[in-house]
Amino acid sequence: MTDKKTNRRDFLFTATYAVGAVGVGATIWPMIDQMNPDASVKALASTEVDVSAVNPGKTITVLWRGKPVFIRRRTQDEIAEARAVKLEELKHPETDEDRAKNPEWLVMLGVCTHLGCVPLDQKGDYNGWFCPCHGSHYDISGRIRKGPAPTNMEIPKYEFVNTNTIKIG
Amino acid sequence: MKNFFRKLSLIILFFGFLSNSFAAEKVEYLKTDWSFKGLFGKFDRAALQRGYQVYTEVCSSCHSMKYLSYRNLAEKGGPEFTEDQAKAIAASFEVKDGPNEDGEMFTRPGKLSDKFVMPYENVKAAQAANGGAYPPDMSVLVKARGGGVDYIYSLLQGYEEPPAGITLDDGVYYNKYMYGNKIKMANQLSDGLVEYADGTNASVEQMSKDVTTFLMWAAEPHLESRHRMGFKAIVYLIILTILVYFSMKRIWSRVETEV
Amino acid sequence: MSDHEYTPKSKVGKWFNDRLPLLTLANHLTDYPTPKNLNYWWTFGGILTFCLITQIVTGLVLAMHYIAHADMAFDSVEHIMRDVNYGWLIRYIHANGASMFFLAVYIHIFRSLFYGSYKAPREIIWIIGIIIYLLMMAAAFMGYVLPWGQMSFWGATVITNLFSAIPLVGEGIVTWLWGGYSVDNPTLTRFFTLHYLIPFLILGLVVLHIWALHVPGNNNPVGIDVKKPSKDTVPFHPYIVIKDGFALLMFMIVFAFFVFYTPNILGHADNYIEADPLVTPAHIVPEWYLLPFYAILRSVPDKLLGVVAMLSAIFILAALPWLDTSKIRSAVFRPLYRQFYWILVADVLILGYVGAMPAEGLYLLIARVATAYYFLHFLVILPVLGFKEKTLPIPLSITEPVLGGSPNLATAKKREFK
Repeated sequence: MTDKKTNRRDFLFTATYAVGAVGVGATIWPMIDQMNPDASVKALASTEVDVSAVNPGKTITVLWRGKPVFIRRRTQDEIAEARAVKLEELKHPETDEDRAKNPEWLVMLGVCTHLGCVPLDQKGDYNGWFCPCHGSHYDISGRIRKGPAPTNMEIPKYEFVNTNTIKIG
Repeated sequence: MKNFFRKLSLIILFFGFLSNSFAAEKVEYLKTDWSFKGLFGKFDRAALQRGYQVYTEVCSSCHSMKYLSYRNLAEKGGPEFTEDQAKAIAASFEVKDGPNEDGEMFTRPGKLSDKFVMPYENVKAAQAANGGAYPPDMSVLVKARGGGVDYIYSLLQGYEEPPAGITLDDGVYYNKYMYGNKIKMANQLSDGLVEYADGTNASVEQMSKDVTTFLMWAAEPHLESRHRMGFKAIVYLIILTILVYFSMKRIWSRVETEV
Repeated sequence: MSDHEYTPKSKVGKWFNDRLPLLTLANHLTDYPTPKNLNYWWTFGGILTFCLITQIVTGLVLAMHYIAHADMAFDSVEHIMRDVNYGWLIRYIHANGASMFFLAVYIHIFRSLFYGSYKAPREIIWIIGIIIYLLMMAAAFMGYVLPWGQMSFWGATVITNLFSAIPLVGEGIVTWLWGGYSVDNPTLTRFFTLHYLIPFLILGLVVLHIWALHVPGNNNPVGIDVKKPSKDTVPFHPYIVIKDGFALLMFMIVFAFFVFYTPNILGHADNYIEADPLVTPAHIVPEWYLLPFYAILRSVPDKLLGVVAMLSAIFILAALPWLDTSKIRSAVFRPLYRQFYWILVADVLILGYVGAMPAEGLYLLIARVATAYYFLHFLVILPVLGFKEKTLPIPLSITEPVLGGSPNLATAKKREFK
């Protein structure tokens, strides 16, 4: 058998293997992708909330994508407290101005960034939220101050449709 | 090998013939050229949009389409209304929602994620309003009828005066394509019944074709991607089969047996 | 598997293999000596393995989205078809996969009938195969119930009512099967559970089927025992693997055509109508693969005897190794059997055809004749044929010509399936 012949055979087998592997990959993908959020779940991605009945100093919790969203109407004192915190005191430095575009309203995912529990309102050492699962303390801007959570509570994408309505997502 | 494939194709042919014979009563349906048939079949977008118009203006007062959502109208492979158009369509319907904080149900304008609003609360209400006959949900109607699109298309145009000797009860009509020829739905279409937004002449034939196309899409919303993927899959399989065939020849050439 | 000594080359491999001889097993499977004259009818074993795995994988995925509840089953299937990513593809593969599975299993069974693969020493392989076939029918039937369409509901009603033919306890058994006084939610949930279970039972039996096969080794078109390993055999890998792979790809092209271009042709339109306990569809027909047995059931005018006839038609196959008295395996060397074989094939196809037709007039008469012939074939023709038939001389080996010269392998090969 000459070298040329060997090469051609190798090429044939390599090509067969390669083409076969592509097919296997293309077949596996639908089986994986079917577990991703389906079209009806994706369609529910935004929720509108009427906040006209929320008084200063009160928090409401609404469901968005199966998770709680805290919407707190903050008092002037709370805003002042949140804005007075220096960045170097923070484990995850973020200014309150960045977190609450409209300072009166704090809209954030009510999910502890440690392992996903829902923190309790107006508890803990920083006047904000306290997660009962593993003792993470958040301030009135929802920033992590003490405990195992690595980051501040997440701010979802939201906008004011009008003064009384917030659209989350 | 040749022998083997001859036998095999005979068997496959037989089963094809067998499945064909399932359609027990053979009625010659009216024929038209459907754009979605064939290896590369696609829906005619304009027909789908017109069909949706016929559905909303004519059919939807009795027939629900409970598996469709307004978002589907803007999805790829469907009527492909723009997102804004679909939103406007959704908003033109009153959707029941709730309960609110006071525990009461309320209505609000529809959203893209809402299902098509149903004409009746439930099957019983639909029956009560239609002389005991339930106007079937049309989401999968095309697939639920033996004759498929041709049957629906023909039925819509199949109203006739009953032949002599056939008496019809009140609220029953004669249709030459209906199973048993008696149908509880009156003829709904007449020339110029709807005014098409794109200016197409709304003849009975045109409306029947458009709304049937729309129903086909409703029943098989992924038909276009199915056809596209199918073509790719089969071409791919043929290429791999050829490669494997030559690999096989190469491998078996080491022994003196033919494959 | 014991005729095989294998020692892994690497130290780790040897260490592992001494504790769990997986490498010995793998080596046995790759080296397994296979008759080199196997034709394409022998590739359906591999194709069936592919079908089983496809059904299990797609079924598992569907079960992640399907809801086994009478009020939600139909909706959840539509949800799969519309919203789940690639849901339509996976469901159509699963639904058509059932038909392809049966197509392959029928070819596999009839191959065995032609070449006498059920005869000694392969009776256990054959009987396990019949059990697998029975379980497949059970799984297919219960799977067809799950979408909760009209055919699901009424098919379930008709089939479960077969048990009411049993004297005295029949009614009690049917109520027990239903978990109520009609086919309803309890029936659906238990069918779902069993539909999920049975494929894994089949998988276990397939392992036994192959194990039992590897003891005597494959039969072959000539039907004689081969010395193994010898120049009559080739190692399973790569020779049979690539050949099975080639045949599988051809099969997949047909499969793909059904899935992508005519996904609903093998189903029934009425199953896209949600189950309604008040209205029975005009024509109740089972899926095509059950039609021959359906025809046998309907051809007997008595309820109990009809059920008995239908079940006997399947169970008679288990007795086949003893009903066929001929010592010659392959029909290639049995000129008379070969003719009766093709008559049986035609008979079963005719039964399938009349099973789809209304049970009246000429159709009923044909069904009765075909049913009678079916039993005649197994109970009378086969036993008698073994004694009466003058068989052709068989070759000594696959590669050597027959003693005395006459039909050698080449002419024998030509005679296959003629």
